[in-house]
Amino acid sequence: MNHLGFELKPVKIASFDFTCCEGCQLQLANKESTLPEFLSLIDIRNFREISSERHDDYDIALVEGSITRSDEIQRLKAIRAKAKVLVAYGTCACFGGVNSLKNRIPQQEVVREVYDGKVIETMPSMRIEDIVEVDLCIPGCPVSKEEVERIMVGLVTRSAVTLPKYPVCVECKQRLNTCLFDLGEICLGPVTRAGCDAVCPTGKTACLGCRGPAEDINFPSFVQLVKDKELSLANMREKLALYNGFGDYLDQES
Amino acid sequence: MTKKVDFDIDLHHLTRVEGHGNIHVSVREGRLAEATWAVVETPRFFEAIIKGMSAEQAPFLTSRICGICSISHTLTSIRALERAMEIEPPKTARAIRLLAMHGETLQSHALHLFFLAAPDFLNTPSALPIMQSHPDIVLAGLQLKELGNEISTVTTGRCTHPVSLVLGGVSKAPSKEQLLRLKSMIAERLPALERTTEFFGTLTIPQFVRETEFISLRNGSTYPSIGGQLVSTDGVVREENDYLQMTNEYLTEFSTSKFTKVSRQSSAAGSLARFNNNYDLLHPRARAAAAAFGLEPVCHNPFMNNVAQLVECHHIMEDAAMLVDRLLDDNLQEIRTPYKPKAGKATGAVEAPRGVLYHHIETDDEGKVTKADCIIPTTQNNANIHYDLHALAEQALQEGKTEQETEKLCVMLVRSYDPCISCSVH
Repeated sequence: MNHLGFELKPVKIASFDFTCCEGCQLQLANKESTLPEFLSLIDIRNFREISSERHDDYDIALVEGSITRSDEIQRLKAIRAKAKVLVAYGTCACFGGVNSLKNRIPQQEVVREVYDGKVIETMPSMRIEDIVEVDLCIPGCPVSKEEVERIMVGLVTRSAVTLPKYPVCVECKQRLNTCLFDLGEICLGPVTRAGCDAVCPTGKTACLGCRGPAEDINFPSFVQLVKDKELSLANMREKLALYNGFGDYLDQES
Repeated sequence: MTKKVDFDIDLHHLTRVEGHGNIHVSVREGRLAEATWAVVETPRFFEAIIKGMSAEQAPFLTSRICGICSISHTLTSIRALERAMEIEPPKTARAIRLLAMHGETLQSHALHLFFLAAPDFLNTPSALPIMQSHPDIVLAGLQLKELGNEISTVTTGRCTHPVSLVLGGVSKAPSKEQLLRLKSMIAERLPALERTTEFFGTLTIPQFVRETEFISLRNGSTYPSIGGQLVSTDGVVREENDYLQMTNEYLTEFSTSKFTKVSRQSSAAGSLARFNNNYDLLHPRARAAAAAFGLEPVCHNPFMNNVAQLVECHHIMEDAAMLVDRLLDDNLQEIRTPYKPKAGKATGAVEAPRGVLYHHIETDDEGKVTKADCIIPTTQNNANIHYDLHALAEQALQEGKTEQETEKLCVMLVRSYDPCISCSVH
């Protein structure tokens, strides 16, 4: 691979999944029209969902899912020890994701609800960075393949890898959408980090904050907006809680 | 004549399947001592975490049960809630939802056939070497998968975790331009499906039969997708709300997924089950594809689930083209029925790519979820996989197969079910 006369080496990557739906890994095989070019950027060393080849020499580990059982902690630490760059890949890895909704309930009660009398090991859902050092977070439920492609190009060319700092509203306005607040719905676009191309409000449903908070958001002003529009604060809190990305703000609001 | 051999096959975290499962086969003095399919996935407790959530948001949560069949999960919850709260979605929205289901199934089948199953038949560890050895075949697979994803994106806003499927209908209809593009894309990609069918025709499907009971939906007029009666090849017929009688979940010591059964020790769901129960409702093109593989109902060879998936791709391409035409003739204005939340309870049943999926949901008078139960296709297949493994290993020993050959057959068997393991535990 050659770029402007420079020889570029594909990056050695591995992909691992913990407690999750594996939808973020699946995105790696999506966007089929650019898949051959994407695959030329990476050297897949370990990716259980699509390959039976397993090697332990990788530079970048994509880690999907949150941590909810002790064997996962051990497995994650072993991956951290081998990876040069560890990426928290997707909302569950970055924030704990929907799995964190069970953290509000005593864990025995959660087990009883689903498994009756059976003993099942589980613990409150933890983010990857609660266990090991994380070098990069790629949020999204699921991650955006466009963003993953951009980040991979950055890693291969050793250039800066950044996420948008501004909120989803910016992208939503660029797509000329009608504001969901004007349609009487609470949308987390004003406080959520962009990078998804405002996919939910473009589909006329509220942003549910899967990418977590944007930088320097004005949270009190967002709450005021909900109040001014005479919308339900309980509904706002339900949305903010879904992916566990707004924990600090929820505490501050109540 | 069995040889007096001792060996153990221990496959921890089987590759090229969604989720975490282990195969264990133990042979002592040429006799099968044990064969186990153990699901070790971490549970996420969806039935517990959904409690208290608004009906409006609940389908967005259950979508996250599965990264491959999120449209099915969303629509199953929506169907349960709409039945519970007596909401009738408009006809146009129902057509958009059906088309979305087709997109998801096509994407899922293409992913399984090319990326997960095909490498076994070509003796490669993944699809990557096949990209070099059979570039035209992989290209065909990518074209079908891309078409599936494009159908999902046009109908639901995104191919994984849909955004515009909502209670009462859909929040946004596709544009005429998008539908016209889909129409030509479907026509352009029929040759890719032909190439795929020819290619799979050259592969050798293992011969193995263990009689079982196949469970699927059936509505009597169209190949099943959203809703219908629950039927089995043993003649059991139940209504959607009686899903518990079609599942009878139970716990095992070695698995975090539950097991199910109906009339026998185990039962099976998925493409082959749908095919076996609804052969008469397949498009003639799909029936012709089945005939080319000698696939007829009722087929009891689980390896033929791969072929049944391919047959369904033919049906989907035809039906999707018809649905796109119907939507092109529609003004696409009436897409959402307003509703008031209310107390109720009902079951939604949908044919997800891997088989019939049930969500039972109860709501209070504010529309908040008070109880939920989700029974996943792979949950219904886990017992069948477990007992199949036993029978297959026995057969392999009787045929004098080596340890390596037996292991290969075992992994191919599990992959034939296209298990969605994290989904089965949820």
